[in-house]
Amino acid sequence: MPLAFYVILSVIMFVIGILGVMLRRNPLVVFMSLEMMFNAANLLFVTFASYYHQLQGQIIVFFIMTVAAAEVAVGLAIMVAIFRTRHSIDLDQVSNLKG
Amino acid sequence: MPVSGTFFYLAPWVIFLPALGLVVNLLIGKRLGNHGAGIVASLATGSAFCVALLLAFSLVRQPDGEIFKIAEWLSIGTLKVDWALKVDTLSATMMLVVAGVGTLIHIYAIGYMQKDVHHNGDPERFTRFFVYFNLFIVAMMTLVTANNYLMLFVGWEGVGLCSYLLIGFWFEKGAQGTGNAKAAKKAFIVNRVGDFGLLMAMFLIFWNFGTFEFRGVFDAAKAMPTAGNGVILLITLFMLLGVTGKSAQLPLFVWLPDAMAGPTPVSALIHAATMVTAGVYLMARSLPLFVLAPAAQSVVMWVGALTALFAATIAVGQYDIKKVLAYSTISQLGFMVAAVGMGAVTAGMFHLITHAFFKALLFLSAGSVILGMESGEEGHHKGEPGEAVDPQDMRNMGGLQRRMPVTFWVYLTGALALSGIAPLSGFFSKDEILTSVGQQSLPVFIILLAAAFLTAFYMGRQLLMVFGGRARTHVAEQAKENSPIITVPLVILAVLSILGGLINFPGLNWLETWLEHTLELGKPEAFSILTAGISLVIALTGLFAAWLLYGRRSLGSPERPDPLTPMGWLYKALEHKWWVDEVYQFVLVQPYRYIAREVMATWSDQEIIDGVANDLGNITSALSQGWSALQNGLVRSYALMMLLGVVAILAYLLFR
Amino acid sequence: MDLLSQIGYGFLALVIVSSAAGMILSRNAVYSAVLLVINFISVAIIYLVLGAPFIALVQITVYAGSIMILFLFVIMLLGPDFLTGTEPIKGQRVLGISLGVVLAVEAGILLVGRGNLWALVPVFDGKGSSPEALGLVLFSQNPLIIIGISLILLVATVGAILLTRGDGSASHGNLEGKE
Repeated sequence: MPLAFYVILSVIMFVIGILGVMLRRNPLVVFMSLEMMFNAANLLFVTFASYYHQLQGQIIVFFIMTVAAAEVAVGLAIMVAIFRTRHSIDLDQVSNLKG
Repeated sequence: MPVSGTFFYLAPWVIFLPALGLVVNLLIGKRLGNHGAGIVASLATGSAFCVALLLAFSLVRQPDGEIFKIAEWLSIGTLKVDWALKVDTLSATMMLVVAGVGTLIHIYAIGYMQKDVHHNGDPERFTRFFVYFNLFIVAMMTLVTANNYLMLFVGWEGVGLCSYLLIGFWFEKGAQGTGNAKAAKKAFIVNRVGDFGLLMAMFLIFWNFGTFEFRGVFDAAKAMPTAGNGVILLITLFMLLGVTGKSAQLPLFVWLPDAMAGPTPVSALIHAATMVTAGVYLMARSLPLFVLAPAAQSVVMWVGALTALFAATIAVGQYDIKKVLAYSTISQLGFMVAAVGMGAVTAGMFHLITHAFFKALLFLSAGSVILGMESGEEGHHKGEPGEAVDPQDMRNMGGLQRRMPVTFWVYLTGALALSGIAPLSGFFSKDEILTSVGQQSLPVFIILLAAAFLTAFYMGRQLLMVFGGRARTHVAEQAKENSPIITVPLVILAVLSILGGLINFPGLNWLETWLEHTLELGKPEAFSILTAGISLVIALTGLFAAWLLYGRRSLGSPERPDPLTPMGWLYKALEHKWWVDEVYQFVLVQPYRYIAREVMATWSDQEIIDGVANDLGNITSALSQGWSALQNGLVRSYALMMLLGVVAILAYLLFR
Repeated sequence: MDLLSQIGYGFLALVIVSSAAGMILSRNAVYSAVLLVINFISVAIIYLVLGAPFIALVQITVYAGSIMILFLFVIMLLGPDFLTGTEPIKGQRVLGISLGVVLAVEAGILLVGRGNLWALVPVFDGKGSSPEALGLVLFSQNPLIIIGISLILLVATVGAILLTRGDGSASHGNLEGKE
């Protein structure tokens, strides 16, 4: 398949991820959309690693996955902590910095 | 090359000694007491006079003079201005006059102000007077010793400031409580108009010659091609504007009569002997420029001559003893300006010196007369409250010859010198001016002769009204002679008025040769017996006419109309000073006030400027309120903003 | 490229896009999680095709296997959401969708319009992407990545524990006291 196939696929996944971050109020879905964005980037890296016959791209993907895992862990921990005090998972209610 | 045995290094002390006196009086004047403060001030000025004498002696040995640099003042780009003192024969002459006459007036003022502060009820103000007086000497010395136009202007402004301070010395008194303050304001503002002229001249000088220093300017001006002489004409005409302001010529003389509201020593020092001569000095100093612009020279000559005649006519119709002398000063300044204008600088400076002597003498004697009248008023009012009698109105005087003999004799000397009676000093100086004029322009000669006639006439009139006949009011009856601290300076000045003619006696021409070292004058005028004879005859005719009208029959009561009243509207015009002030008020002051009040204050200031300022504030406030709505604290809208930013950057990269 | 493989690729792309879209559109969080798992697995298949077998398996193991499980745990913990479907922020939907489309178009133009993206990615020939090769490159040329990874994981672990520990009063008091 030509490179363009993978690139466009990656772009579509990325944009869908962004839309998810902006339009959903459930923070869990927001996090999942974040994962989608990471995924799109990973796809691009692997594509070009294969195209240029290098392994560098795959190593970076390795790194990104680890970072994503760590980030999810901490993010969900924050989510749980917030839920304990507010008893609601509406993202719009976390607006103490208004004004 | 500095010659040994010269004292040029003492030059800065001519400014610093009066400054020292001023500071001492400012700080500890109250503790020194009134006499102490006066003595300090007089000593300061007196020592400045001694320094001036030493400088003059140094100039005898080294006639070219020297430039003594005190400090560098400005150094901006191509402009370099130093505070440097130019000690040469012209400035030494001025220094001697200012310091000499100044010292005598300081001593006189000790006695005069002592009585004046008691008469006006504020003995605490005595020290302030001498602080201002010394400040004036400092400023005047800065003016005459300046080596460049900018320093001269500093002194120029300084004397204007001191004039304002001293005219308004009794600021809460005067007509309707603000008269003195208004007179001071008028002096300052009218002077400002003149200063504008001088400033324009200075700007043009710098723009065309690149320097302010006298030597540099004159050399550059001479090196200019003739096509550039329009610039020099403009410069000299602007300078003339400055001179008309400071030296009270047409049309800016209106402040000088009002300035008589100040105490008499102020009138004597500032408005007779020194400040008003600053304009004459300026023109004498700038002679090389004027020589290059003959058209300007004619203009100056005519302005001076017309002023002389105009002011002399007004003096004939005045009743206030000081106002007569004020208009007389304007008239004599007209003589000086006319002389210097046409290039007879020696004649002009000669008349400046002699005029300083006898006009200061006349003012101080008038002060003595006023003091005598005031003490007579106090004596008169010891028992009964009566109508207030103006001690300065000549119609209330009369018969003071017997009651104040010393004052009478010195006044007579001054009046005769002013009228130009030989062999007093005024005769020689006025005659020299007339001789020079006679060679150049017949119409101006006739005008000046007419002015000389009127001068003799009004002085005779004044003498006869004040001292002659019988006392017209009770106040005059009780007038007493004053103490020696007042009369001794008068006598000294009288002696100087008599002997002053020696300064430039025809044939000896000491002043001419003295000034020749600094200025490039032509051949000295030969003494013309014809002109001398004509001027003497005219003066005697004037005195005789005055005697005819005022002397033969004593004037009786103060309410009797003046013998000149049959002249009808002409006399009325003279009495009302040709309504000059009223015309200025109508043409200049009232429209200006109207514009300031109606147009500027309400419309321009309140609506436009305030509107803009308020709108700026309102817009900012509204904008900020609008923008603050963006911060709603919601994460998702922030994410939207971020996306917006990314899209924008990508768009920019795309379309680059 | 023969028709069969093209159909295969196309199907795979379809699955990826539709699972992604479904994930953000679904009301139910669990449905979203499951759809995301499907997405991950499909992407892993693409990795296989592209010649990164190790990465593909790591994707399934780490992403689909651990991260999504974690998500499901938290979803279960927090319970269902009772959020309404209407969007409280004015203009968010319209602006968001339009900006997203604009971004897609721009990215497309930037990436595809410039440069030669019609080159073919070579088919995986089975050589050179073994874990052994990957490990060699990783540990000899990129040691810093390993160190970075270990630090990040350490911080994340400590952070997660600290954030959810609270002090005893916080976790108890808010559930009972402040009702």
